[in-house]
Amino acid sequence: MVAALFFGFAALLVVTSLMVVLHKNPVTSALFLVLAFCSLAGIYLMLRAEFLGMVQIVVYAGAIMVLFLFVIMYLNLQHDVETGLQIAVRRGLGWFVGALLLLAGGALLKRGWALGPANDELPGAEQGNVASVGRVLYSRYLFPFEITSILLLVAMVGVIVIARGRTRHTAREGGAA
Amino acid sequence: MAALWSIPAVQTATWAFVKVMIILNGMLGVVSYLIYAERKICGHIQARTGPNRVGPFGLLQPIADVLKLLFKEEFIPANANKVIFHIAPILAVFPAVVTFSVIPMGPPPMFVATDINVGLLLFLAMSSLGVYAITLGGWSSNNKYALLGGLRSSAQMISYELAMGLSTIPVLLRSGTLSLVGIVENQAGWYALGRTPLALPNWGIFHWYLILPFVIFLITAFAETNRAPFDLPEAEGELVAGFHTEYSSMKWALFFLGEYMNMIVISSIAVTLFLGGWHGPGLMFGANGWLSEGPPWMGLVWYLIKLGALMFFFIWVRWTFPRLRYDQLMGFGWKVLLPAAVVNVLIASVWLFVRGGM
Amino acid sequence: MIPLSWLIALSAVVFVIGVVGVLVRRNALVIFMSIELMLNAANLAFVAFASHMKSLDGQVFVFFVMTVAAAEVAIGLAIIVHLFRLRETVFVDEIHLLKG
Repeated sequence: MVAALFFGFAALLVVTSLMVVLHKNPVTSALFLVLAFCSLAGIYLMLRAEFLGMVQIVVYAGAIMVLFLFVIMYLNLQHDVETGLQIAVRRGLGWFVGALLLLAGGALLKRGWALGPANDELPGAEQGNVASVGRVLYSRYLFPFEITSILLLVAMVGVIVIARGRTRHTAREGGAA
Repeated sequence: MAALWSIPAVQTATWAFVKVMIILNGMLGVVSYLIYAERKICGHIQARTGPNRVGPFGLLQPIADVLKLLFKEEFIPANANKVIFHIAPILAVFPAVVTFSVIPMGPPPMFVATDINVGLLLFLAMSSLGVYAITLGGWSSNNKYALLGGLRSSAQMISYELAMGLSTIPVLLRSGTLSLVGIVENQAGWYALGRTPLALPNWGIFHWYLILPFVIFLITAFAETNRAPFDLPEAEGELVAGFHTEYSSMKWALFFLGEYMNMIVISSIAVTLFLGGWHGPGLMFGANGWLSEGPPWMGLVWYLIKLGALMFFFIWVRWTFPRLRYDQLMGFGWKVLLPAAVVNVLIASVWLFVRGGM
Repeated sequence: MIPLSWLIALSAVVFVIGVVGVLVRRNALVIFMSIELMLNAANLAFVAFASHMKSLDGQVFVFFVMTVAAAEVAIGLAIIVHLFRLRETVFVDEIHLLKG
């Protein structure tokens, strides 16, 4: 029963990620990617990582993909036109490399995997996933946690500076050119 | 069949499914009569009676509205993206309905469909997904007013989501759990005011550090559901009709339904987090007197009373305040509400730490 | 309990689909989306190992990967928008002149 649920989510994930790569319209690719993220969140919930599953939907599906959609709508992108021999050759090479990688991965998977500890519970499972993750996050990983907040601040400032476009100062100089 | 029923997971799933069906159908009925209530209240605020022709006191008005909407002609704009045009209204209703599965309407285990231990995060996740309906609806209409309305509305929603999430943190600090049932159970009972014989219910808003989060949550609730005074993206006067310009008949009805369902869901979450959920004095049915808890069905009654009060507040505010301009709206969300919510987290955590309540 | 090999196989398949997407597509935004697919495949591997080795470190690392991915997407999209303003195209094989 668990296996059936897992196969359902896994099939959805693989099919939607294939559609992301194959579809010509970027908006449809973005929407398929949202579906892929939601099915991945389902798999996280099955692996007893509820906090991560919900954060995946909030951050990836709810914020990052909205940003993607905004940019696609802002740039008013139409269907991708992919004709020409050079492009076709490059595409063929791309698929060939992908097939090679898949074969290499399959060969590696033939090895045996080490089994984990005998008991079936994650540490701190009785307090719930969120509390245990929080406990680890604020003690062992406190420094990376604080550093990521500075990273996000830097990213925000960078985005505003990059995406601002021409200010009045540069427009005056660039307008005459 | 008996073997399948003996798996506990199948039992919980079936009961949850049944409860969700009941909630879904109930909420559809409630939404249509909420629209009637809004028109009646709006009428009385504007010194006129609302609908009163169809049926006694106009009570059959929603049925007439539904029939009209079902029989209207469906327009699909010429160069619209057909698939996304059809999906967008469905996306408007879907997140609201999913959130209903975790809201406790009475004492568990009967009155809550499923109690996952990240219930509040599920609500935040679904409100993040609600942005897609408006964005895609506006974009797929191939109409510049719709696109503009859609993008403005989604920018507004994602800006106010931050303040909303931050304003729920003091509640979490107090209750120590993300599960909505746990948060409500933490608001049980009464707490005495110092050494006076007065006592206040242990609900969220009666603690001083949760008053400002409640206010912030309500303001962001107005912005999240695109209700006045934050409804510029769908304003009739300014932007034709915003993102649902090109929608007609049942698709428009689904958008409308989605807006009211979102309103009900956010009010339910506000009741759960701040107003004590299903707790209330048992009055004549109380186990130990008038102020103690009553039987379980009384929890449902109290929940509905509180929900009704918040719904009335939503409708009241809509017809009282003028609309905010878009730059005022965004400035308010980023420059006033977000810093207020952050400062609030600081104050609440310091107070709870000093008092040792965490 | 889901066998570890299934999860890793799924992660590998999604990763390879992402790699193919980066190699095959010309639209810079779709390439970016394929990079996000690769990041998520790695996240899945982390969570799979966290669940099987009974350790929470994998989940914490996924949290950080998500944060960094969000920052990266924001800056990457800003760069693409700026590039579009300069070159009027988002197709990566048409942006082949260094001259500004």
